[in-house]
Amino acid sequence: METPTLNYLNNGHGLASWLLTKDHKRIALLYLVSITVFFAIGGIFATIVRLELLTPAGDLLTSETYNKMFTMHGVVMVFFFLIPSIPAVLGNFLIPIMIGAKDLAFPRINLLSWYIYILGGAFTLYVALTGGVDTGWTFYTPYSTAAANSHVIAAALGVFITGFSSILTGLNFIVTIHRMRAPGLTWFRLPLFVWSHYATSLVMILGTPVIAITVLMVAAERALHLGIFDPALGGDPILFQHLFWFYSHPAVYIMILPAMGVISEIVQAFARKNIFGYSFVAFSSLAIAIIGFLVWGHHLFVAGQSVYAGMVFSFLSFLVAIPSAIKVFNWTATIYKGSVLLESPMLYAIGFIGLFTIGGLTGLFVATMGIDIHVHDTYFVVAHFHYIMVGGAIMGYLGGLHYWWPKISGRLYNEAWARVAAIVVFVGFNLTFFPQFLAGYLGMPRRYHAYPPEYQVLNVLSSAGASILAVGYIVPLIYLTFSLWKGKKAPADPWGSMGLEWEIPSPPPTENFTVTPVVTHGTHQYAPSKEVGVG
Amino acid sequence: MSGHITPKNLYYFVFLALLVGTGLTVVVAKFDLGPLNNVVMLSIACAKALLVILFFMHVRWSSRLTWVVAGSGFFWLLILFGLTMGDYMSRGWIAGSLR
Amino acid sequence: MANGRSGGEHYPGPMHIPSLHGDPGFAGHSGEPPGMYPPHHPKLQHHFDDMADQAEASTLGMWVFLVTEIMFFGGLFMAYLVYRSAYPTGFQEASNHLNVYWGAANTVVLICSSLTMALGVRAAQTSAPPRTQVGWIVATMVLGAAFLGVKVIEYADKFTHHLVPGPYFQWTGKYPDAAEIFYSLYFCMTGLHAVHMIIGLGIMTVIAVMAWKRQFDASYYTPVEVSGLYWHFVDIVWIFLFPLLYLIGFHYH
Repeated sequence: METPTLNYLNNGHGLASWLLTKDHKRIALLYLVSITVFFAIGGIFATIVRLELLTPAGDLLTSETYNKMFTMHGVVMVFFFLIPSIPAVLGNFLIPIMIGAKDLAFPRINLLSWYIYILGGAFTLYVALTGGVDTGWTFYTPYSTAAANSHVIAAALGVFITGFSSILTGLNFIVTIHRMRAPGLTWFRLPLFVWSHYATSLVMILGTPVIAITVLMVAAERALHLGIFDPALGGDPILFQHLFWFYSHPAVYIMILPAMGVISEIVQAFARKNIFGYSFVAFSSLAIAIIGFLVWGHHLFVAGQSVYAGMVFSFLSFLVAIPSAIKVFNWTATIYKGSVLLESPMLYAIGFIGLFTIGGLTGLFVATMGIDIHVHDTYFVVAHFHYIMVGGAIMGYLGGLHYWWPKISGRLYNEAWARVAAIVVFVGFNLTFFPQFLAGYLGMPRRYHAYPPEYQVLNVLSSAGASILAVGYIVPLIYLTFSLWKGKKAPADPWGSMGLEWEIPSPPPTENFTVTPVVTHGTHQYAPSKEVGVG
Repeated sequence: MSGHITPKNLYYFVFLALLVGTGLTVVVAKFDLGPLNNVVMLSIACAKALLVILFFMHVRWSSRLTWVVAGSGFFWLLILFGLTMGDYMSRGWIAGSLR
Repeated sequence: MANGRSGGEHYPGPMHIPSLHGDPGFAGHSGEPPGMYPPHHPKLQHHFDDMADQAEASTLGMWVFLVTEIMFFGGLFMAYLVYRSAYPTGFQEASNHLNVYWGAANTVVLICSSLTMALGVRAAQTSAPPRTQVGWIVATMVLGAAFLGVKVIEYADKFTHHLVPGPYFQWTGKYPDAAEIFYSLYFCMTGLHAVHMIIGLGIMTVIAVMAWKRQFDASYYTPVEVSGLYWHFVDIVWIFLFPLLYLIGFHYH
């Protein structure tokens, strides 16, 4: 009779062993469940938005309710799904393993960060259930401070609280990566996944506190009738926008950098080739994080910011495209003449490269002040950021989830269904968002619940695409969950990949390593004839 | 452990310097020196902060990583201040004149 | 030894701290195979190699946290910078109503508390008797409480003189709007600072209790050190708040 081996999943049973765990792998799973729930909630808001937009007339919802729908969609998706997703699930799970450590530097702070996330989420759910907030996820003043008639304070507090979850995660990663690498693991032997999470953590640490104080100021101004953003007193509403976007622009790099790290890992594994230009990719992660802090004014081009400041921010925004382009080039060069295997993670990765490129190039369009004057606050911008956040970040998340699923769960999922789902996501995504580029360029404003009839065809295409995209997201939910019970047991290295995480059992034991590894070379050093074994 | 044990006398010396700085900044503020008021006030405040950071917070004897971390916080503030004030200061400029 | 440490050394640590689950000989290891974790300081967490490693990580962690605090307060300083540049005379006039002597007294109080805090960390670092350690920490707390007491007096004064922004704000000077913005920032900045002081007092209470229970000596004083870093940071914020809020109007007539 076989006794099951002890791993982190069966080491300790009962609710308390999960809710009071200090194991980074269990905390990653706590996050996995919670962010999936919030993704579904954000998706429901999106569904309502796209249903309203099927017809030109504002016939499904009142304008006030529509405002609440897109606001809640944005707040939930940005703060409760995109920002935590890859770092809190995959980063938490993999970083200690990838550096040969037993856990993160501060396991209890890791657990605390999850509880803080849940508390912030509770505030936001309260807002959603008691009438919503209608300011847009951007909370612009003076509407949010003076005129809005919705739960601004609760929403602001929800964002404020959740920010600390992000800060603590970033703090943990920075200290861990600096101090807990295994013997022989120099910085330039680190997996690129770790580099990108280090860069992400810098952004979390330096940016998040600014939005924290900003939303706190909005809440305080609303509750205590202060006058910091009040134009009647000589206050400047644009000051809010400066403070808000000082974080919220780097925040988009919090969302994309981890996904880029995932892509770097997947591309190497499924092209059976070491990354082209490792140090360029590593330094590009840092460059994106740092330059990303210098560009926020491109959100204020038509807000009343000075033209000269606009020119400076426009130029700096062009600069930040360069390291991203370097990464796209290097991924492509890695795949070129590699032994490419089109398993589902690789399908997501290739989709990412294409869609991120489109999103990034359209970013250059909106970074050009002259063009942005025409497309600001139209669907062109909406399409641009969804290409990056959905076509980029979410596909990176799904690709990573699939790539490391055997390691995390100890089970293999159904590869055929996974490939189908990846293609459905790709098709559904493009059908949803490409028409929005056209609609925006032709002048359709964003955040409008009614529009002139000439935009209807594009909107119907977009809504149809959204329904396909929804299917593409639901199918993995089913087969991944199914695999937990019926999937084949996964070996330590189902993909034939290389890296410390593939040298330990699937699922890993609680302490990750029984013997601290000594590292003598970087990851992904493939011999030409390495065989692959996958279920 | 992190090791360096600071002599008590150094702490007392820094303490006195901080008190002197406080007194100085209050006295100088009584006089209208135009823009110089701001310069003096901020210089003294920065000097006091530096004394606390270097000696009370032991950065003087800490690793380079600690120096970089501590410095990066203040440097990032400068980014926020600099680019934002760049907007405010250039708002009234007449187009094409840089003035 | 599997994890590279030589076994068999008895760790000459501080007074033995019994674990919650009875006394297995050292640091709460019950039910594990003998020798899995060789004798070590009871406060060593198992994902670290040794106490020095753990201390370095903790200190770095606190510094990273302080960077977030710099950026947190920084948003308010940004707002101050913008409005002070826009309304220089209005801000001077508004600041003139603040009592410089209370502000200066508070500055001196906080500087003294930084000294006592530094001496408290040093006491733990040099394995001073618990009474000495606790003494310095309590002195720090008393000074911190004094600071908060003065702030209560100041805030009460603002209430009586209708200087709280909002519907009851009254200003008889030349620049009422700038004054209301100034006082909005005054309450936000000193209020946030006071909240940090209160949290600091809470932290110091915990540290004082731990010191009283003889938990700190030269081999382990990290909690005192990182709490000290937090306390000094709060002091530094006030070092900037005082001149920017209180002194800019000192020569204004």
